[in-house]
Amino acid sequence: MKAVKVTGWILLVALVGIQFMPTERNQSDLIPKTDFMVVNEVPKNIESVIKTSCYDCHSNNTDYPWYNKVQPVAWYLEDHVEHGKEELNFNEWDSYSSRRKNSKLKSIISQIEDDEMPLTSYTLIHRDARLSDTEKKIVLDWVSKLKDSL
Amino acid sequence: MKRTNVATGILAMAIIALMATSCKDKNKEQENQEGHNTEQMDDSGHMDGTMEDHSQMEQDNMNQGGMAMMSSEVVADYLTLKNALVSDDKDGAATAGEKLESSLKDFDTSKFSDEQQAELTDIIEDATEHAEHIAKSDIGHQREHFDILSKDVIDLLAIAGSERTLYQAYCPMYNDNKGAQWLSATEEIKNPYYGSKMMTCGSVQKQIN
Repeated sequence: MKAVKVTGWILLVALVGIQFMPTERNQSDLIPKTDFMVVNEVPKNIESVIKTSCYDCHSNNTDYPWYNKVQPVAWYLEDHVEHGKEELNFNEWDSYSSRRKNSKLKSIISQIEDDEMPLTSYTLIHRDARLSDTEKKIVLDWVSKLKDSL
Repeated sequence: MKRTNVATGILAMAIIALMATSCKDKNKEQENQEGHNTEQMDDSGHMDGTMEDHSQMEQDNMNQGGMAMMSSEVVADYLTLKNALVSDDKDGAATAGEKLESSLKDFDTSKFSDEQQAELTDIIEDATEHAEHIAKSDIGHQREHFDILSKDVIDLLAIAGSERTLYQAYCPMYNDNKGAQWLSATEEIKNPYYGSKMMTCGSVQKQIN
């Protein structure tokens, strides 16, 4: 019984303690020249879908939810965003070689087709980031067209 | 009680250590076999070597000279990966993907012209990413990545050349009938995109020397 109590206290102290640990926030007002929306002619409706559903983790600017202030949630998100940007950063689109652009577009298509992106853990909270069937279709059609034009 | 715990712990560690060493020996053996590669896929799928093995092999390659030598390790790992996909072996493909990742990293572009270097760097960067994903995906995704990876390797060999004779094969059905290519060391068609489902779908497009 005593052990449980001690563990409880340790956990509590740790939980409070980690709230003071700094996190790196992924925020930037700058829209670089290499941004996907800048270098491609993206129709407004497609742009809005991609920005809402993808840009939080795949660009240099995340629209953070309030709970990002709470640890360990912030760490979890930080890790997600970091990994997401590593895979694909829409802000740096034009810095990719055409070979890589082609690969990325192919992966974008297959991930959306298979409902692997946006992540369920993300859409669970960001309800507006979910893709409806119509949205899926218009985005996929457009991205396929872009891929063929490369 | 405590003593038994410690004893069990030590015993467990000893067993793990023993397994690790025997595993490593097995890998080495396989590495050696790969030198004069037979197109055969090893059933165990255990193919990962250590970094030392790689750089050692690279050095051996260099000593024998010739540009085509430089691609031989990439080709060997690519073929291992291809064979794993042919036998629907997800884990084998993952291990081969990991290995390919490091042989791509070790590929030395410095002997090529500036223009070729730029192209090779692009290719390697892209191919590495696909190899990485193959190392941690399910077989469906592994095959999707293998499709683009094959294009990368074909382009890489167009610049660097291949030491061994390869056959460029084509399956018209994969990817919603858009088709996909792959490389094989034999003329016989064994389809890595469908595996046992459609083993003989495809035809040889050309021979690469």
